[in-house]
Amino acid sequence: MLSVTNLQVKYGNTEALHGISFTVNQGEIVTLIGANGAGKTTTLLSIARLGPPEGPKIASGDIVYKGQSLLNVPPHEIVTKMRMALAPEGRHIFGNLTVEENLKLATFARQDTEQIATDYQRVYDLFPRLVERRKQRSESLSGGEQQMLAVGRALMTGSDFIMLDEPSMGLAPLLMYDMFRALKELNSQGMTLLLIEQNARIALQFAHRGYVLDTGAIVASGDAKELMNNPEVKKAYLGG
Amino acid sequence: MLDTIIQQGFNALQLGSYYSLIALGYCLVYGVLLLINFAHGDIFMVGAYVAFFSATALLGQYGFIQPGIPGWVVLALTIPVTMLLTSGVGIFIERVAYKPLRLKGANRLYLVITALMMGIVLEYGNLAILGASRKSFPSLVPRVLIEVGGATVTSLKLAAIVVCFLVFGLLHWVVTRTKLGMAMRAVSYDKFAVPLMGIPLDIIIIFTFFLGSSMAGLAGLLYAMNFPVLDPFMGALVGWKAFIAAVVGGIGEIRGALVGGFLLAFLEVTVAATFSSELRDLISFSILLGILTWKPTGIFGKPRTTKI
Ligand SMILES: Nc1ncnc2c1ncn2[C@@H]1O[C@H](COP(=O)(O)OP(=O)(O)OP(=O)(O)O)[C@@H](O)[C@H]1O
Ligand SMILES: [Mg+2]
Repeated sequence: MLSVTNLQVKYGNTEALHGISFTVNQGEIVTLIGANGAGKTTTLLSIARLGPPEGPKIASGDIVYKGQSLLNVPPHEIVTKMRMALAPEGRHIFGNLTVEENLKLATFARQDTEQIATDYQRVYDLFPRLVERRKQRSESLSGGEQQMLAVGRALMTGSDFIMLDEPSMGLAPLLMYDMFRALKELNSQGMTLLLIEQNARIALQFAHRGYVLDTGAIVASGDAKELMNNPEVKKAYLGG
Repeated sequence: MLDTIIQQGFNALQLGSYYSLIALGYCLVYGVLLLINFAHGDIFMVGAYVAFFSATALLGQYGFIQPGIPGWVVLALTIPVTMLLTSGVGIFIERVAYKPLRLKGANRLYLVITALMMGIVLEYGNLAILGASRKSFPSLVPRVLIEVGGATVTSLKLAAIVVCFLVFGLLHWVVTRTKLGMAMRAVSYDKFAVPLMGIPLDIIIIFTFFLGSSMAGLAGLLYAMNFPVLDPFMGALVGWKAFIAAVVGGIGEIRGALVGGFLLAFLEVTVAATFSSELRDLISFSILLGILTWKPTGIFGKPRTTKI
């Protein structure tokens, strides 16, 4: 469904991705793992088509989703036409808006009123804490609650392909398991997930397949279980 | 005595209406793009000229429309024409001058300098095209004198004040209650994440310039009707004052622009009435300086909370 081929990406003159290739099939959970600075965030920003000045520039290669190249699709159409959403690294929630307004904003371009109502329900079911804080300015949420809002917002775009950049960041262990349970639940409802995690162990327990990224290149890939038992991966990312 | 106070009160309200209408545009653009659009005062001037040409054309001065349309119809048509064409100029400047710099990730300083230069281009462009002779704005509707508590106010003056508050009410509704307004607030907080919500950033920016410039155009029209002599530099000083009013009110907060505009007008009128008009700007701006020293973010401004 998503296929990235020989993707070469730059920030200014420095190359951050040296021609990576990977695929994500419909209904899968795929994880990208790798150390700090490996290029995980860069990969997701490239797929979401967030370009310069803040984002990276694609130098060569292709990103094809459902048979269409995304290279000339503007970022807002990645959401509205391709129905792919990104919950970005660092959450980027709109702190000056309430929780409810943040969710509502994600429906900006949607017309399917009934489905929107169902989606609100789904977000509030997955993250009941957001219900109590509906009217609160979102910058007053705790880090973990902001993370839930960021994921909830991605769901409210009505996408069926969601990219998550370290969704467990800042979550206490208990909440982290809640978050992954919520994501698993979404996946069982048919949502395709592309997940980035610092915590490789959890990511591999949770995903179907994984790719290991090291300084801009993919160095290992395969079934999540396979990767977990791969001695190299074990040594480098799973603490021996 | 009382009638003088009421009279001066209306003068201040009228002046404040122009300041506020212009300050709102500074405020919106700053709020959304963190850009101080120094060309905005000259957009007010453009508004006055657009209104002039629209009104005189409709009155039949250039021949392609037969004379005879009643003044109030001309006015009713001139209002939307002025707002639309003036906002067109504002949006054009955004597309041509600011957007390319923004896409290159230029430092904000360069954008501000570009805005200053755009203002100068508008002033001297006008001078080059229309020459130095001043235009006098035609009278479209008869000036009715209205008696209020012993003082007399013209209907035009009252109209400027009423329009300012109506426009503010409408703007407040747009910003707080509509999805577009919500998107504007979102852009002001975090531009990066806005496309991720499926929102085209450009549309929000264009909409912001549309709102700001059409309000400046409306202010230009109202001003020209009350002070019917137009010249290419009429927007410069008013623009600076409106900008200062927006900062004192708390730039980025539309309530602040409204309050700042009226505060400045009341200071000016009070100083001119009690001391002399030569001391007007000196004393008023010293007081504003005092307010900023006491509260650097302006009256309604909140210090930006750092985002983690
Ligand atoms: N805005 C930027 N400008 C220049 N270089 C950047 C920028 N963002 C990232 N880089 C560089 O690109 C490389 C990949 O960064 P990226 O953020 O994709 O890593 P990551 O795998 O997400 O790391 P982390 O786990 O720390 O989030 C790094 O070397 C980084 O320094
Ligand atoms: Mg990252």
